[in-house]
Amino acid sequence: MENLVSLAIESIFINNILLAYFLGMCSFLACSKNIKTATGLGFAVIFVLTITTPLNWAINHYFLRPDALEWAGFANIDLTYLGFLAYIAVIAALVQLVEMLMDKYFPALYNALGIFLPLIAVNCAILGSSLFMVERSYNFVESVVFGFSSGIGWLLAILALAGIQEKLKYANLPKGLDNFAVSMIATGLISMAFMAFAGIKLT
Amino acid sequence: MKLTKTEGYKVLTEPLLLSNPISTAVLGICSALAVTTQIIPSIVMTLAMTFVLSFSNLSVSILRKVIPSNIRIIVELTIIAGLVILADQILKAFLFDISKQLSVFVGLIITNCIIMGRAEAFALGNKPWLSFLDGIGNGLGYGYILVVVAFFRELLGQGTLFGIPVIPTVLYDLGYQNMGLMVLAPGAFIVIGLLVWFQNWVLDK
Repeated sequence: MENLVSLAIESIFINNILLAYFLGMCSFLACSKNIKTATGLGFAVIFVLTITTPLNWAINHYFLRPDALEWAGFANIDLTYLGFLAYIAVIAALVQLVEMLMDKYFPALYNALGIFLPLIAVNCAILGSSLFMVERSYNFVESVVFGFSSGIGWLLAILALAGIQEKLKYANLPKGLDNFAVSMIATGLISMAFMAFAGIKLT
Repeated sequence: MKLTKTEGYKVLTEPLLLSNPISTAVLGICSALAVTTQIIPSIVMTLAMTFVLSFSNLSVSILRKVIPSNIRIIVELTIIAGLVILADQILKAFLFDISKQLSVFVGLIITNCIIMGRAEAFALGNKPWLSFLDGIGNGLGYGYILVVVAFFRELLGQGTLFGIPVIPTVLYDLGYQNMGLMVLAPGAFIVIGLLVWFQNWVLDK
């Protein structure tokens, strides 16, 4: 239990998926113009991450890793190299499925998150956390916690930038610095602030 | 017709500066930030990216009349993922150390928005050869930003270039210190922000 809490804190604050690993930058920069959109996208990311990371864990555990197919009677098969293809297919299919289910059963939620879901299929944060999960060989529970807390970390980062952007609208910036350049520098400062969390450890 | 006037030349060189995928179209930032702590991994990443980008453009363009438009995203993703697996296996076979250093970021070429963006915006509407050139041009435009950012981060952060120490020891004796911030995440954000600012300022003139 303790290591799960510590894993969660680590992936939310210390190794924030956006501010330390730079994942999901494209939609981060595109959708951080106002807080409302940012919140919607953030929750959609949490939602998709919490589902896809464990799902890809299962794919990797039961199909792809070396000797994974023993249960089906095929020993000595290593399909690790198919990983990328399998994970992205799972993510794209799942996002589509979630969109359809949401539309049918939770129309209110769909109206709030709907437009962001297709964007998420190609968000590198989603694929990235699946790849990290494989690289760090998390178990099932850890991958659920990791997916969920990475999503929260991403939400925090995009909210912070959206807040700053809303204020920046009123700033009189030098020519050329506006838009992209200044959001990068602001992100750099947020990232610096998050580095203050480094070293926090639950023992 | 002069070489500089042909369409192919234009398609190849425009993405280098004027419509650079990173600094003007704001695509594909993730890897640009993550791998640029040193120059050599950045160059390797550029090569992998250019390879995937040009061949995915080529394949999408060849198939553009056959792909049904409502499932085109999945088809494109499959093509891209296949090429990335190829690039990843080559890196693992011949450049294992660098491939370890790039870790998940080779795999993340799949979701790099530049590739999807070029496939959607260019390859779907142009002939194979032009799309191939567009892929190479965008790959190199991406690489140029990567190498410039990596140059500053490696020089200021570790005092080396291409892994060779370049800051004279005299400076260290006088109290010069490497700037640890450059190696960490915030350095990447700030360097790329300043670079884009500089580029916009130059292009404006």
